Amino acid sequence: MNRQESPEEQKKIICVKCNIPLTLGKTTLSYLGSSFPVELFQCSQCGLIYVPEDLALGKMLQVEKALEDK
Amino acid sequence: MEQKELRELEAKCTQEHPPGCTAACPVHVDIRAMVAALRQGDYAAGFAVLQKNLPFPGIISRICDQPCQQACKRGEVGGAISIKALERVCVENNTKPAAKLTLLPAKNKKIAVVGAGLSGLTTAFDLLKKGYQVVLFEVKDRLGGSLWEIPEDRLPREVLKKDLAVFEDLALEVHYNTMLGQESSVNLSLESLCEDFAAIYLDLGCVEAALLNLGLKLNREGRIETAPGTLVTSNPKVFAGGSQYLGVGNISPITSISHGRMAAISIDRFLQNASLTANRDHEGPFTTKLYTSIQDITPLPPVPMTNPQLGYTPEEASEEANRCLLCQCLECVKACEYLAHYRAYPKRYVREVYNNLSIVMGIHHANTMINSCSLCGLCQEICPGSLDMGEVCHAARKMMVGKGKMPPSAHDFALRDMQFSNSQDFALVRHQPGFSSSRALFFPGCQLSGSAPGQVEKVYTYLQEKLADGVGLMLGCCGAPADWAGQEEMFQEVLGNIEVQWQQLGKPEIIVGCPTCYQVFKDNLPDIPLEFLWSLLDRLGLPTVEATINPSTLAVHDTCTARHEKEIQDSVRSVLRKLGHQIEELAYSRELTECCGFGGLMQFANREIASKAVHKRINESQIDYLAYCAMCRDNFARQGKRTYHLLDLIYGFPPGDPAERPAPGYSERQENRARLKKKLVQEVWGEKMVEEEEDFPLIIADQVQEMLEDRLILVADVQKVVAYAERTGNKLQDAETGYFIAYYKPVSVTYWVEYSPQKNGFAIHKVYSHRLEITD
Repeated sequence: MNRQESPEEQKKIICVKCNIPLTLGKTTLSYLGSSFPVELFQCSQCGLIYVPEDLALGKMLQVEKALEDK
Repeated sequence: MEQKELRELEAKCTQEHPPGCTAACPVHVDIRAMVAALRQGDYAAGFAVLQKNLPFPGIISRICDQPCQQACKRGEVGGAISIKALERVCVENNTKPAAKLTLLPAKNKKIAVVGAGLSGLTTAFDLLKKGYQVVLFEVKDRLGGSLWEIPEDRLPREVLKKDLAVFEDLALEVHYNTMLGQESSVNLSLESLCEDFAAIYLDLGCVEAALLNLGLKLNREGRIETAPGTLVTSNPKVFAGGSQYLGVGNISPITSISHGRMAAISIDRFLQNASLTANRDHEGPFTTKLYTSIQDITPLPPVPMTNPQLGYTPEEASEEANRCLLCQCLECVKACEYLAHYRAYPKRYVREVYNNLSIVMGIHHANTMINSCSLCGLCQEICPGSLDMGEVCHAARKMMVGKGKMPPSAHDFALRDMQFSNSQDFALVRHQPGFSSSRALFFPGCQLSGSAPGQVEKVYTYLQEKLADGVGLMLGCCGAPADWAGQEEMFQEVLGNIEVQWQQLGKPEIIVGCPTCYQVFKDNLPDIPLEFLWSLLDRLGLPTVEATINPSTLAVHDTCTARHEKEIQDSVRSVLRKLGHQIEELAYSRELTECCGFGGLMQFANREIASKAVHKRINESQIDYLAYCAMCRDNFARQGKRTYHLLDLIYGFPPGDPAERPAPGYSERQENRARLKKKLVQEVWGEKMVEEEEDFPLIIADQVQEMLEDRLILVADVQKVVAYAERTGNKLQDAETGYFIAYYKPVSVTYWVEYSPQKNGFAIHKVYSHRLEITD
């Protein structure tokens, strides 16, 4: 889950407030007391994040289940 | 769960007990495995099974007295399996060489075996394998004893010789033509044997022991007295068995072999100074506890042999093997999709639950399994040992919650739905308008209110007219979801609130509209007098029938929580008859009824199994179903099964056919509840409720609606995301589609919504969620 799909495949997402395209940046995801760094598309100015559907329902869901069963 | 409790639970499941034939066999040949091999035409595998427990499989396959047949379940439906004949087929058709014997390291102890009959030879064989030195004394000039007296057509000599050849590879010292006794003419005395050997086994056949003057205690029949279970004689180093033990009229080759085996174990234990008696309950024949149903088995007689002298042909043997029931229990597994799903049976499941609860560090593999049970209790009804997996799973859930190890995703959605029902959005408790006390209190339940709020209103009106003296109303959830989720604290809190409110209303009788609420109150609030709506209506008379449904035959689906409520079941059937309908009883009905997939929050924890459960149920009859729980009705209807709720038969569900009315989704159920409360407060109590303005009206197409339902996302949560994004401006935009993308976490789940502003509101294009938190 460290990287999203490569920028070429990534559809272009814009932060409405700052009016700039999102770029890959470091952030942290956490659940049930565990945290881990990830790279997600985000607004370099205001920090608004983008989690695409396939990431939420794919890898992130797997990680959730794994942490819940720990 | 303690170890002891685990053992007690495990003991209730008989699936791992041997089939009757194996238990009845004195040496416990795995006949089921042999038959299974035969069915595959794998004679070598069948032979290997025999060889595992029989030192002389060829001989036994010809002369066994087959006590196994007495216990054969097929015997009750057509005739016992011809087990010996099937063994013979394995022996004769096996082309692989016999498996090599595994010998334990040599021990420096010598044992004398007197007599080379079946039991003496078995003792010698077993002790040689254990590494002892064995010296055999035989009165004749060959091994086999009285086996040579059996007619050749029953026991061909080449079969006998081939089996006895097993000793050629073993270091057996044999003294032929040696007779035991103290007369001057004989050359061997027990006294001298006792001096020269560490232990002695006597296989004296049918000889009259008294004549031998052995100095051993004899029984009333004049045979050597031995302790059953150990075969030790009055002399602690001397053991005896075989036909000498059985007596002339009771000769049993397979029992002689088991005696030989039992004596070898006793001698081994004696020489190692171990207890002769400890843990030997299952040596020799016993009665199995394995339950095997023969209910739907078609009787079939034994397959005859074209030529009895030659035994079965391979084809005949295969046919006979196919007659074997391969005895198993699996009664509960046959009846329950949940138990079948994990491909084992409760004994294993109980162990997995126990292990799951015992893990301190590591992965809890059984979490989902524990949370997937509907807790419906059918397994307990079916199980010959009354093992209730529901009880096991329920207790496990409570422990998981207690330890903070319950996966939040399993029940979160259902618990939030419960909280909604007990919030100001739905919860309500009032005396009837114009009354300061209540003779009764109507509790319709949250699912009936969510599914058919109009019917709830009508029932309440009817009850007020019919009962007079004041019928109060209590809207809310009984707490069942918290109970099912193992959230004991939350459950008690809900119950506590209900009890306090009931007390404040003057402790009236509660008329319950939902069988699950009824059960929850009955089990947990025993002070509250209860009546189920349908028992009451059956007694008082039915409301005027508004529905236009032609009398027909309906299959009654009993609710699993009303499994033991015969009065409820009867009243429902009585009402149906009064309405002019015929009743078809499903095979699984009343105390054997099945869950619709909602019970125990199954459909939240494991959608796959819940789907199997609901499909199993709706395929049990072609005719229309009748349910008296709104959730059961909606679950069936959602899968396309025409199903009426009992209230549909009275009030109908205009404008369409009530059996086909769509099942409201999770959001709609909440909206229905909220609207019901609002309507009642306004129309019955004449109070104005503050109308909340919808700032951000949503436009949701059917397929997006389905997506919401499938992903357990409420319209109310989507509303929160859009409102948040529009108020703060924190939103993204897909440059290609122009759709806005926004996320918001109201409590513990982060919801994502793709939407676009329209003239009359916001069109929703996509919704999804995750529980991982974005922390910076």
